[in-house]
Order: sequence, then C-alpha cells, then structure tokens
Amino acid sequence: MMRLASVALVLGAWEWAGRKPVSPAFPAFSETMAAAWAMLLDGSLPAAVGITLAPLVLGIAISALLGIAAGVAMGLSSKAEWLGVPVFIVLQAAPLAALIPLLVLAYGVGLTSKVMTVCIMAVPVIVLNSFKAIRHTPVSMVEMGRAFLGSRRQLIAKIILPAASPIIFAGLRLGLAAGFIGAVLAELLISPTGIGDLITYNQSIADYPKMFAAIATVILLSVLFIGALDRVEATLFRPEKRGTR
Amino acid sequence: MTAAILPLAPAPAPEPMVSVRGITKTYPGGVEALSGIDLDFPRGELTALLGPSGCGKTTLLKIIAGLLPATKGEVLVDGRKVSGPGPERAFVFQDFALLPWATVLRNVAFGLELRGVARSEREAIAERHVAEVGLKGFEKRYPHELSGGMRQRVGLARALAVNAEVLLMDEPFSAVDEQTRRKFQEDLLSLVANQRKTFLFVTHSIEEAVYVASRVVLLSRRPSRVSQVIAPDIARDMAPDRIRRHPAYLDAVESIWQGLKQYVD
Repeated sequence: MMRLASVALVLGAWEWAGRKPVSPAFPAFSETMAAAWAMLLDGSLPAAVGITLAPLVLGIAISALLGIAAGVAMGLSSKAEWLGVPVFIVLQAAPLAALIPLLVLAYGVGLTSKVMTVCIMAVPVIVLNSFKAIRHTPVSMVEMGRAFLGSRRQLIAKIILPAASPIIFAGLRLGLAAGFIGAVLAELLISPTGIGDLITYNQSIADYPKMFAAIATVILLSVLFIGALDRVEATLFRPEKRGTR
Repeated sequence: MTAAILPLAPAPAPEPMVSVRGITKTYPGGVEALSGIDLDFPRGELTALLGPSGCGKTTLLKIIAGLLPATKGEVLVDGRKVSGPGPERAFVFQDFALLPWATVLRNVAFGLELRGVARSEREAIAERHVAEVGLKGFEKRYPHELSGGMRQRVGLARALAVNAEVLLMDEPFSAVDEQTRRKFQEDLLSLVANQRKTFLFVTHSIEEAVYVASRVVLLSRRPSRVSQVIAPDIARDMAPDRIRRHPAYLDAVESIWQGLKQYVD
C-alpha cells in the first residue's frame, strides 16, 4: 500500500511539473505514456528494447558468473584475495565510462564492445560484494558445521554460500543497475541502437514525450529485472523469506 | 561443610570419558589463555567449567571439541587421542548457531545431513528429538519465528540427534531470559539422569553450575589453571525447588564464591 502511494506521489508530481510546465523540454506523465503507447503500437519500442536487451542480458550473465566466481574464490582463499582485491577496488573507483573509447578501438562498434561495457560497469561491484559476503559468514555457523563433521565442500555448499547469498544478491542488484547504465551508455557513446537510439533521435528532433518514454522504459525494465532477481534469491537460497514480503 | 573439596588427582575408576592432559593454549601474539590444564571428566556425569570471565573456559571447551588446536598437551576421548571434531562429541553453541534458512526439522537433522544419513531416516530421528525437547508442532517453522529459548532447544535437539556420547555445552543458557533459563536447568537435570551421556558445561553462573553439575571445576584467571574441583553433595532426585533451598546447595555456592572472589577486581 505504502509503495503504491509512493509511486502515485512521484507520478503525480511528474504530471504537475509537466503541465506547469517546468521546462518546454519536460513533458507531463500523461503525454509520456501516450507517446509510449504510440511507440508500443507502431512496434518501434519493442524493437528497441529487444536490441538493447541483447548486450545487457549477455553482459549481466557473464558478469554474474565471472563476478560471483571471482568474489567467492577471493573470499575463500587468501591467495586469490591478495591477487584480486586491489585490482577490483581500483576498478570500482575508476570512472569506467572513460574506457569506452578504448573498447571501441579494440573491439569495434559491434555487440562485443557493448557487452564489454556492460561487464566493466557490473563486474567490480558484484565481485567485491561476493567477496565481502563470504568473509562475513558468522564464525559460529562455520564452527557448527565443523563440530558436526562437515567436509570443506559441505561447509561451502550448505553453510557459507547460503549465508552469503543476501549480500551476493545485493551485489547482483547493484551490478544489474550498473549494467543498465553500461548498456545505455554504450548505445549513446558507441553506436546509437535500441533505446539509446530512441533517446538520441527523439532528443534531436525535440520529440520530448517520446524521449522520456524511452527513458521511462529503461527504468521500468531495471525495476522488473531487480524484482525477478529477488524472486530467484528467495526460491534458491532463502525459503524463510518467501511469503513474508 | 557438605561440599567436599577433591584433590586435583584424576578421579578413581571407571576410566574417565574425557581426559585433558597438560593443555596449554597460547594465542598468536603471546596471550596465554590456558596453562597446563589436567582434568578428567567422569562418564555419565555433568561437569561444569566455571571461572572469571575471559579465563578461557570456552577456549578449553573448543579445544576438547577439536575446533581449536592446543599449543601443548592432548585430549583423550574414551581413551583415544583426538585431534579434531569427532562423532562421539556434539557441541551446543552459546549463540545457538542455527541456519536461518532451514526449518527446525532440517536444523535438528543437520548433523545427520552432514554425515550423509538418508533424508527420510534423518528426519524421522530429528522428529523424535524435536518432540523430546518440547517443540512438537514447530518442525516446519524457521528460527526467526522462535523465541531465544526455543532456538536453544533446537540447538540441543541437534546435538542429541547425532547420538554423541559427550555433549559439550558452551554457556548454552546465557542468551535466554531468566525464567527460561531455570526451566532449562531443570530439564537438563532430567536429561542427564535419563541419557547415559557425559556433559561438559561451561557457565559463568555459580548458582547454575552448582544446580546442574555433579562436579564443578574452578578455573583461575588467565593464564588459567585448575584452581579447585568441587563436588556438591546434593541428591539430584529431589524436587527442583528443594535443591535450590538445600543447605548443601547453598554451602557449595558460598564456598565457590569464596574461591572465586580473589579473581574479581
């Protein structure tokens, strides 16, 4: 209920600001929705979403796989920690968008560069969260596993990973959000395709409702993805959280 | 004076279930927690380890459990030297150490799960022990839905389910409220009477130690040595409220307090 009220409040403020208008380039919520509806009907929005999702889904899948593997390895072994942590801390602090021209130079303007953009945005936060998650496993839980004769593998599979899953998934959520930024950035900076193309094109012809519809679509997609991620976490690792939210 | 003070020599036959020989523990950085501890824990009895806070009672218990390595000395369980955790010992944790994502039943069966016991078999065993600690009907609940006292009952059931001969309890009742603690202490007495198991019980409460234990081992301040072993001369078959008013109980509490006083700042 409170969530709905919060959404309604924001959308109401948007509608009011658009009608006032705050700026001629700022359309009201209703205009934006109308534009979105029109783009949905003429097929330009679904097509754009499809094009944007390809590097995004690919990049996120790769980042999640590699990022969690690297983070977990760093959490479990001090050698991997010694090797990996400084690298990823620097990567997290660096303004990675500045690397995009370099990626274009190396991989051209195709899908590869865009997938790489998503990855460099998403991987550091996923790695560092997974690492911290493993390191923060409650000591007594691991002791309990040892006292009841668990093998190293059992301790990792039955205690350490499930205990770490909330923080790993928090990292995935942040990584997903960063990946979305990467995907749109790639389309704005590398070559205008998909939703990035809709944004740049409609901005250039001053069709602001359509431009905002494209932006709103990115936000909506991001929220849907994150919701799906929560669902996956609850079913895979944390049955006690099912049904409580 | 009804509380007999025993000499530090090993207890007479039968052979003790757990023996600690010259255990010394020095932590990296040079802090000496335990210094040459020699102790015997007789079969089928509850022995309490009591001492000033920070004296290394828990360290000693974890060394016996095989969770911590000793710097010097050895631990014998049933006459055999041990160097790690074993199936004949089960541990009850101060903070319960339950898996929050597992139901009560899975938590109780977890020791058996780690040993590779088939699911139907381990759940049947776990169900019996859930009932034994008075949690029948809560099998499908998760730890966050239980009170602190109920969580420790789950921890106790988990230790009972693996059918170990030695139960190592690390301040098991310190995180539950006073009323629950008293009920627990009474239940523990009947558990000791009914199960032919050896209990090692760490506590910082003198009253608790005298109430539940047939022998109370007093440790000195760090670096810890055994300062006294006291066997309160109390018949355990009398009613719980009578024990707490029995002169032997009160004398033992008083004499332990006199022994411990010197370590309190």
